[in-house]
Amino acid sequence: MAVDVQDVPRRESALLRSLKGIALIRESMVGMIGLGIIVFWVLMALLADVIAPFPPNTNYLPLATPFTPTLDGEGMFWLGTDLQGRDILSRIIHGSRKVLMLAPLATFCAYLVGIPMGLAAGYKRGWVDDVLSFLSNVILSFPILVLYVIIIATIGSSAINILLAVTFASAPGIMRIVRGLVLDLRNREYVFAAETRGEPSWRIMLIEILPNARGPLIVDACLRVGYVIITIGVLGFLGLGLPPPDPDWGGMINEFRVMSMSFPHMTVFPCLAISSLVLGFNLLADGLREVSLRD
Amino acid sequence: MLIFIIRRTGTMALTMLVVSILLFILLELQPGNVAVKVLGPYSSEEQRNLWLEANGYFDPIYQRYFSWLFNFISGDFGDSVRFKVPVSEILWPRLGNTGILAAATLAVVIPISLGLGVLAGMREGSKLDRTISVGSIITTSIPEFASAPLLGAIFVFYLGWLPGTSGMIDGFDIVQLILPVMVLVLYDFGYVTRMTRASMAEVMMTHYIRTAVLKGLPYRTVIMKHALRNALIAPFTVIMLQINWLLSGVIVVEFFFSYKGFGALLLEASLNQDIFMIEACAMVAVFVAVATQTIADVGYTYLNPRIRFS
Repeated sequence: MAVDVQDVPRRESALLRSLKGIALIRESMVGMIGLGIIVFWVLMALLADVIAPFPPNTNYLPLATPFTPTLDGEGMFWLGTDLQGRDILSRIIHGSRKVLMLAPLATFCAYLVGIPMGLAAGYKRGWVDDVLSFLSNVILSFPILVLYVIIIATIGSSAINILLAVTFASAPGIMRIVRGLVLDLRNREYVFAAETRGEPSWRIMLIEILPNARGPLIVDACLRVGYVIITIGVLGFLGLGLPPPDPDWGGMINEFRVMSMSFPHMTVFPCLAISSLVLGFNLLADGLREVSLRD
Repeated sequence: MLIFIIRRTGTMALTMLVVSILLFILLELQPGNVAVKVLGPYSSEEQRNLWLEANGYFDPIYQRYFSWLFNFISGDFGDSVRFKVPVSEILWPRLGNTGILAAATLAVVIPISLGLGVLAGMREGSKLDRTISVGSIITTSIPEFASAPLLGAIFVFYLGWLPGTSGMIDGFDIVQLILPVMVLVLYDFGYVTRMTRASMAEVMMTHYIRTAVLKGLPYRTVIMKHALRNALIAPFTVIMLQINWLLSGVIVVEFFFSYKGFGALLLEASLNQDIFMIEACAMVAVFVAVATQTIADVGYTYLNPRIRFS
């Protein structure tokens, strides 16, 4: 007698499934607005050379207020120019490049360090957990900006150093979240099954536990990119940011902060730019959280 | 309870100790650099060596660390390289100024965020709730260094209502405090509001609230007598932990408005490599952060009988 073997539909690949999970974001209006803002700035950064009406570091008419036409009457300084006569709109558009490169990269590095620490602490427990948790508590007890200011002022300011400082300061927070998730997931049946099969613990941590912790981590990553954007901005604002002349939003605010009360247009627009980008990531995170709580 | 407090204080002391080691390593590991920072880049090799020897920098590292630590605990923070006076002479008044700023901020943040949070959490999912939630996301998305120029543009440039700097040159002036406090409040209240909302929403789902509503108590009584007491435990911790964030915000705001406070001092010291000032400021900042964290922990346990008696 022939056994009727039913064809089991193949499971989609893990990547496709998680992409579909993220695509659920269209059900959240707040999330879509956030995504829209981020996509807008990514396009700005990619197409900066095409969109920006002027080169970012060329000097034209100094201190023009918004909507001043250029001297030959053909163009317009939509957002005015700064003290050195550089077009503010073009500088903002070009400035998006630095932030959008550095912030996700720094966040990624922080996760690269924080995730293994969290996995080890949560899965191994014991003294590994004690040591890692204590160290992360120590670092987290610093008021965050105090930590950044001391580190950057001591080791100097460059893209690499900002990357290092962000990793150092954020990895403990990530570790704490991952650890919490792992403590919950390590008692699941599939983890016991893998242990019984005799899988090595690194495999259990990476293949069994980590993929199941991705939901909250994605939400956290969105929030964290927002924080890192603020961090990069604040370092620029305090004069510890990337060296001039290439535009960077925090640096633009710092450069003219003394004159911000008499010529507000030079600082107001970079402020709006950075706030909108952070808002984009925060709204996206809120939307993702809302969607993931729904099911 | 007493044992718990002692244990928490012990952890706090240990944390401070590790922080001090980290700071020492970061700033003082290489004696040569210390000498350059103290004597300036144009000092000669000979002068540096003389200074190093006079100040015991040729001793082994652990000995140096312990003598530094001992001086520190006994209140001798060393001399400021920049101001040429003992660090403590400058540090304490500055800290007092920041205390005023922080107290004013908290005095505004606490009522606003608790009120809005309770209102939003009372009826989860209502229009009011959505408005407050989205509103608080928007305000926390505007970092202090952006809201300071923005508010400055509005209140100083367009309206001309407030002064643009808070240097307090002619003595204390409360009008100059308004803008810095406004900036700090704007950034900080959103987070506390969201946490209060979450806590309130959770309490509203519990059985005892449902019972209270079903037995016909007026809604006002349910909220005031039953919900609030339980919902306000979590925000207490959040507010205490918020002080850690406030210390970051204070750096930005004091820098922007040239307010003579602790945050501006720390930044100035870091930019000028004023090494003993950096150490003292950092230790004070971490101490405030860790102390408030400990108070938050102890207070939470005290306020929440479910934890206290288990």
